[in-house]
Amino acid sequence: MATPQLAQSRRRFLADTARMAGGCAVAGLGLAYVARDARALPADALRPPGALAEDDFLGACIRCGLCVRDCPFDTLKLAELGTDGPATGTPYFTARTVPCEMCDDIPCVAACPTGALDPALDDIDDARMGTAVLVDQENCLNFHGLRCDVCYRVCPAIDAAITLEASHDERSGHHAIFAPTVHAGHCTGCGLCEKSCVLPEAAIKVLPVRLARGEAADHYRRGWEEKEKNGAPLVDGLIDLPDRLPGPGTDNLAAPGGFEPAYKLPGGRR
Amino acid sequence: MSTHAQLPVGFEALETKGWIGSRRYLLLRRASQLFFLALFLTGPLFGFWIAKGTLAGSLTLDFLPLADPLVALQSIAAGHWLTATALTGALIVLAAYVLLGGRAYCAWVCPINPVTDAAHWMHRRLDLPKGWQPKRSARYWLLGTVLTASFASGTIAWEILNPVTMVHRGLVFGLSAAWLVVAAVFLFDLFVSRRGWCGHLCPVGAFYGLIGKTSILRVSAPKRAACDDCMDCYAVCPENQVISPALKGSPGTSPIILAGDCTNCGACIDVCAQDVFRFTHRFDRRLAEPPSQFAAEQSAASLMHKE
Repeated sequence: MATPQLAQSRRRFLADTARMAGGCAVAGLGLAYVARDARALPADALRPPGALAEDDFLGACIRCGLCVRDCPFDTLKLAELGTDGPATGTPYFTARTVPCEMCDDIPCVAACPTGALDPALDDIDDARMGTAVLVDQENCLNFHGLRCDVCYRVCPAIDAAITLEASHDERSGHHAIFAPTVHAGHCTGCGLCEKSCVLPEAAIKVLPVRLARGEAADHYRRGWEEKEKNGAPLVDGLIDLPDRLPGPGTDNLAAPGGFEPAYKLPGGRR
Repeated sequence: MSTHAQLPVGFEALETKGWIGSRRYLLLRRASQLFFLALFLTGPLFGFWIAKGTLAGSLTLDFLPLADPLVALQSIAAGHWLTATALTGALIVLAAYVLLGGRAYCAWVCPINPVTDAAHWMHRRLDLPKGWQPKRSARYWLLGTVLTASFASGTIAWEILNPVTMVHRGLVFGLSAAWLVVAAVFLFDLFVSRRGWCGHLCPVGAFYGLIGKTSILRVSAPKRAACDDCMDCYAVCPENQVISPALKGSPGTSPIILAGDCTNCGACIDVCAQDVFRFTHRFDRRLAEPPSQFAAEQSAASLMHKE
């Protein structure tokens, strides 16, 4: 049997412990909530080259600012408390303000003491800070038929990350449109295109990859690629059924009332 | 309680040791705090780089990496195994504070310390009530909470709020919002809770306190027999629960202040007119000879003889 004093001190101990645990549970939930909330990186804030995926980055970046110090172009800055930006104290840049100049020796990655900027990144061309997207064809000068081409010209991976794709200008009827076209496989997200877009608000923008890109399902296969890999059709003995043609009564290839295809595939196959 | 206790705090020390003598460690601490800040500021201000980065992680003279061990621990709790540079840096800092007294960080380096010291100074001038006083152990609970929150959220959770690194980052990188944090901590300590932040809540201090449990550099009270119970050391000590076991320990007990909470600030040494306290190592259990009855009588006799 516990003596009254012991019972009383046990009661006090339990009450104190419960109070502390309760307070800490509230504080901890609040802290975890704020910490999770800080994950919502604004779309125009780009992480330095080699940055881990945002979830991992926030567990790895100690906010020391060494990458910022070693950035020779003052591209990187530390997020301010209270502004509606990235988690406080973490490094980021805004392409339209100062883009990444893609240093060959990647000093920011070399400076990072924690691996939040992945030291395995040894070729800046492999960096994926974001992906450029031509977000506004309606205002892009090239889509009006002009030869602005600035984003294409400044791209450090010119003719790989951005190409100009010619097509007929339906408006004038006898000109070409040279559409700046981003090829995400080569785009590092450095932001030079967005920085140099001549419009008051850039028509091409670097977005975080999660916003810029879709993703094909794992099981999707492109038949033509598989066929080429295989060197032959994957399934033998396919029956080539007649193609449907426009016009009335088109179910027959002989097609009274239809018409012959204007273009035939080389080798006579349709 | 002795009649000395009625004198204003620090009055006797000022009388016997002079203005400088009664503030020696305070002045040294301010110099040290400025020194550690200056290491980071010479680069941005004058282009001469000594320490790059912040207190969370830095590189000194391009070869010495340092990192805050608590930040490193949170990162590991969040599931990120740091690369060698940060781990090495954290271990170096850990080792330094194991030797120098964990919470020496609080008293000699932390940029928040001048803020809470100022708040406490004003608190005394305005004679305000002490306000909310959570248990001293609250900070250890908070430390556990911070690590749990890091683990649960997969982020370095405390760095979202940590006033220490935030203010340092603000000073070194010129971020204006740091002043809001300074103001918040100051007002909290002044009106909500006396010595509340550093003494009761800060999990960084709690962490360094745990490190400091084994620290070599310690304050001792070898001349505790000379104590005249003026209570000044209790009044100036930011963690005055640590004093009694050393100062008022029964004969045969250690005069060393062994509690990890002690910040090695030296305020007790400064304020003691009897020079009871001094810095020493934790194994130095020597006690100064108490003024024996015989010696006292002798000096009294010699005085009388002179007359």
